[in-house]
Amino acid sequence: MTLPQFKFLMPTSLREACALLEKHQGKIKIKAGGTDMIVRLSHRAVKPDFLMTVKKIPDLDGINYSPKGGLTIGALALLREVETSPLVLEHAPMLARAARATATVQIRNMGTVMGNVCNASPSADNIPTLVAMNARIVAASGSDEREIPIDEFFLGPGRSALQANEIAVAIKVPTLAAGSGVSYQKISPRSKVDIAAVNIGALVTLDETGKCRAVRISMGAVGPTPLRATQAEEFLLGKEITDATLAEAGRLAAEDASPITDVRASREYRKLMVEVLTTRALKEAAGFASGQSSIAE
Amino acid sequence: MKKELITLNINGDDIEIAVLPWRTLNEVLRDQVHLTGTKLGCGTGDCGACTVLIDGQSVSSCLTLAIEVEGHQITTIEGLAPQAAEKSDLENCELHPIQESFIAKGAIQCGFCSPGMIMSSKFLLDHTPNPNEAEIRAALSGNLCRCTGYNKIVDAIADAAEKSRQLKENNLDPTTI
Ligand code: FES
Ligand code: FES
Repeated sequence: MTLPQFKFLMPTSLREACALLEKHQGKIKIKAGGTDMIVRLSHRAVKPDFLMTVKKIPDLDGINYSPKGGLTIGALALLREVETSPLVLEHAPMLARAARATATVQIRNMGTVMGNVCNASPSADNIPTLVAMNARIVAASGSDEREIPIDEFFLGPGRSALQANEIAVAIKVPTLAAGSGVSYQKISPRSKVDIAAVNIGALVTLDETGKCRAVRISMGAVGPTPLRATQAEEFLLGKEITDATLAEAGRLAAEDASPITDVRASREYRKLMVEVLTTRALKEAAGFASGQSSIAE
Repeated sequence: MKKELITLNINGDDIEIAVLPWRTLNEVLRDQVHLTGTKLGCGTGDCGACTVLIDGQSVSSCLTLAIEVEGHQITTIEGLAPQAAEKSDLENCELHPIQESFIAKGAIQCGFCSPGMIMSSKFLLDHTPNPNEAEIRAALSGNLCRCTGYNKIVDAIADAAEKSRQLKENNLDPTTI
């Protein structure tokens, strides 16, 4: 379908882009890869007077790493780049797995990880691992910059903590503590292309005795925003990962999930899958954490 | 609303063209440049019929704004065969090895999905010259075909990869695949 008419803005600096956002508040939408925004325009889900691309703003691309600062994923880093980046594969391979699980090859060649995060869909592929790893979103407004902890970033379906004059410029992913492992698990009616019916990101950090020193579990598509499985996290702290503790953690995660029934899955099925995928994710993350398994991708 | 005069590089040619900012690359290619090899299926990024290459990367032209790809190299199915651009006699035009494999393996029925399938195959083989079946199927996950049941398309891509290997072994020009 033909897109609705809009005035197109192509700022070439962050300052210019933030000024445009300020000036056209409420009448402007931002696009990066456009794989979500163009569809929403086409469906008339949004009808902005102005559409602003951030693709011509310098320094928003690229993926960097430093031992102290961790991984920095620029706002314009494509899903495909995150999927194949040697830095991501070395330091945060589960982010690559999540990127690879997103949509189609063509979409991954266009869309960005940041776009997937900023759309704030509860089922987004790239959010649970970032939540598990306690990432931060860097937001710029003109010359100011602030870092938003990802736990505070999602306010509701399609709603984020970004202010009207702010642009998300980078994702910072801290270096993991020694003895940590991460996992991403997803289930959807179709093995490829489809968005998740349920997805889980988990981080496990073990101490020298094999007990859980830190656990973060993020559940997608089971609430209005990605949810933390706090009961399961608290339960596991100080305990060893065994079949029994895994089973109990899975059960507690399902208790914290509040899914709905829709075309992809029923509420009951989603609850069951939270239990299964949480157990799987924790088991895999603990395997990496103890160094007993290595990532084969 | 004002049209913007932009220059698009399509299949190696610079084309100056006036576009409205909300026109997709798919609309401009088909309706303004009259290159109708690129199809429009869903218009929402799900079917892959509109796949073209931008700077060698496969993308959905239905989700791309024409105005944003000025300064980039656009390759459509019409520009894939080595001399396609020069030959007006399309009937006798040499085909790209992937296109030949699609014909040889019966991977084309109605043909609607074929341009997109072939552009996706080109992207796959550029990056993964020796794909296994799982890699081929994953690479095609964004392309729907309602006719062939996919097996023949997978065979065609394996065949094109094999031909490319033989070309390389014989030191012939492998860059054309
Ligand atoms: S027409 Fe573009 S993906 Fe279907
Ligand atoms: S050959 Fe008809 S859709 Fe694929």
